[in-house]
Amino acid sequence: MKILLPLAVGIAALAATSAASASTLSDVRDAGVVKCGVSTGLAGFATPDDAGNWQGLDVDLCRAIAAATLGDATAVEFVPLTSKVRFEVLKSGEIDVLVRTTTWTLTRDVGLGLNFAGVNYYDGQGFMVPTSLEGVNSALDLDGASVCIQTGTTTELNLSEYFRLNNMAYEPVPVETSAEGRSAYSAGRCDIYTTDASALAAQRSGLEDPSAHKILPEIISKEPLGPVVRHGDDQWLDIVKWSHNAMLNAEELGVTSANAVERSKDASNPAVQKLLGTADAGLGAQLGLSEDWAMNIITQVGNYGESFERNVGADTPLKLERGLNALWTNGGIQYAPPIK
Amino acid sequence: MSVIDVQEKPPFSLGALWRDKKARAIIMQILAVIGVLLFFGWLVNNTVKNIENLGVSVGFDFLWNTASYDINQTLIDYKATDTHFKAGVVGLLNTLLVAFCGVILATILGFTAGVARLSNNFVLSRLMQVYVEAVRNVPVLLQILLWYGIIIHSFPRVKAAVPLMEGVIVTNRGLFLPQPLPQDGFGWVWIAFFVALIAAYMFRRYAKKVLDATGKQLPVLLASLTLIVVLPVITYYIMGSPLGVSTPELKGFNYVGGFAIKPEFLALWLALSIYTGAFIAEIVRAGILAVSHGQSEAAHALGIRPNLTMRLVVIPQALRVIIPPLISQYLNLTKNSSLAIAIGYMDLVATLGGITLNQSGRALEVMLIILSVYLFISLSISFLMNIYNERVKLVER
Repeated sequence: MKILLPLAVGIAALAATSAASASTLSDVRDAGVVKCGVSTGLAGFATPDDAGNWQGLDVDLCRAIAAATLGDATAVEFVPLTSKVRFEVLKSGEIDVLVRTTTWTLTRDVGLGLNFAGVNYYDGQGFMVPTSLEGVNSALDLDGASVCIQTGTTTELNLSEYFRLNNMAYEPVPVETSAEGRSAYSAGRCDIYTTDASALAAQRSGLEDPSAHKILPEIISKEPLGPVVRHGDDQWLDIVKWSHNAMLNAEELGVTSANAVERSKDASNPAVQKLLGTADAGLGAQLGLSEDWAMNIITQVGNYGESFERNVGADTPLKLERGLNALWTNGGIQYAPPIK
Repeated sequence: MSVIDVQEKPPFSLGALWRDKKARAIIMQILAVIGVLLFFGWLVNNTVKNIENLGVSVGFDFLWNTASYDINQTLIDYKATDTHFKAGVVGLLNTLLVAFCGVILATILGFTAGVARLSNNFVLSRLMQVYVEAVRNVPVLLQILLWYGIIIHSFPRVKAAVPLMEGVIVTNRGLFLPQPLPQDGFGWVWIAFFVALIAAYMFRRYAKKVLDATGKQLPVLLASLTLIVVLPVITYYIMGSPLGVSTPELKGFNYVGGFAIKPEFLALWLALSIYTGAFIAEIVRAGILAVSHGQSEAAHALGIRPNLTMRLVVIPQALRVIIPPLISQYLNLTKNSSLAIAIGYMDLVATLGGITLNQSGRALEVMLIILSVYLFISLSISFLMNIYNERVKLVER
């Protein structure tokens, strides 16, 4: 079954649907929903809550795209995907955009016929160990350890390279899903759990006693996670890219979901007015959208900072710091080109 | 004979062709074939076109790129700097290993359970019935997960494990055993072993000749076993015990040295064998019951002892019924081994179809390779078993 899935998706979908449809935007408008590929369940990034509503940083970006294109942040059809099938499903046209903690690499951007539309979370691969493991304070103390690792991800490459370059041996223990990884790790099948640092925090929050586990200081890779679209539809790429940029610009300009309507009337700040479409600059039309596209994103979803704090910030079980994901004005590297 | 067909052939017309039953059948079949071909042609054409539209190249060059990932169980020497192709071979060998071990254990379990279920002992036969019915009716994927769960959750952790005996340690990271390391001169022991095998075979032929000529039975089994065991052992000591042992020792995080059976392999092997064994048990039972009772009664009447009756009369006839369904069970086991991915056993589907696929993004090519490999394995097993079937099946004269 599992073996056949990628093939079935590959052949059937490639053959049946029009992969290189002329315009994703018109398809989305016809369908009335944005089909958004997300994780099968990763706390803080994409996971359904008790009421069955999807929540998370990735989910918010999907909603932002829906708000920009359709004016309704709830007009999203979430398609949970495993890391293995995600690209095939996107390429086949089953989804319009993939926002699934996907690392931006050259191979994926170029070789797979995809386009990355920005970075909604700057991540890096880290290690989690039980605090009961004595004498382990750095990743360099891990020679000979068994390492649980989710298969089908870039983490396998980083891990292999890191241990090889540091002349250390290890036993890889591949796991298929994050739930299985947690089970194997807590059973002691492996000493260490490795994945992106944000996901480690999510995994730790799901363990029986989160305080009995620590995340080692080393970050061994760059993992810029971002939304992905198909090659060949520049308009759609622009829409996804600028939906994300609008959220960043809004945070930078201090525009939040609470004050957006009020700020849009304030003629003293042209940047805010251009963002919110009240300056009559025709920016929305250039994207093929209505002028209030960004207004819809901010009022219905919020700016990047709001989304971050709501899903992965200090008040959530993940307790992630802004770190690299703070705005460039606050010492981070989240920097959006201006909307003008 | 009296009716002679004097009708002249009617002039050819499409309508006549259609009314002719035979011609119509042929036309329909041709149309069906064309339809199927068109459908597949359309499928392939569309796929190729869509891939071209995406600007993605299609080909198998990626197999020669560096794999860059490690595999925890390898039968051949493999490191992360090798190619995807080699990683695929490692995976294939792991698939074959679990299939081979699984077939052997499933056969042993199946034959034992099948015979025991026919036993007159009430408890034994009921017990076997429970085994067969319970195991046969639960999906094998769940059984694999169950065995894996049992092993990693209930076996002792590495730091808490106590050696059962010198060099034998059971942990939830695997079964660690001492590993024999052959040294100079051990080759002679192998040679002695093969010489003994050939000698045993010759003796068996000689014994059959004696039996045919005089009716005298020579102790073939005992003699062969003695030969096969004693000859290599003597050689071993003559060569001065050329065998070292590497025992596993706890160093840092894990046991180092020795020979390790990973929990993933163990779980998959047990689950597949026990599952398939239940089916084989039923096949064996059916085979034995298919042999008419009169056969064994006749053998008894001729004064043939019960165990010989079983070996010479019942089993050869039962095998004719058993072999064909047994083939499909072996095939099932091999194909089910692809469920390995659920517990992270690095078989062909996990290496080539998992990590390589994800890194290269070549789903179509990778899946084509895997499907052909499984087809090839299955056809090979089928071919070999059919040869065996030819040998044991009823010779019709």
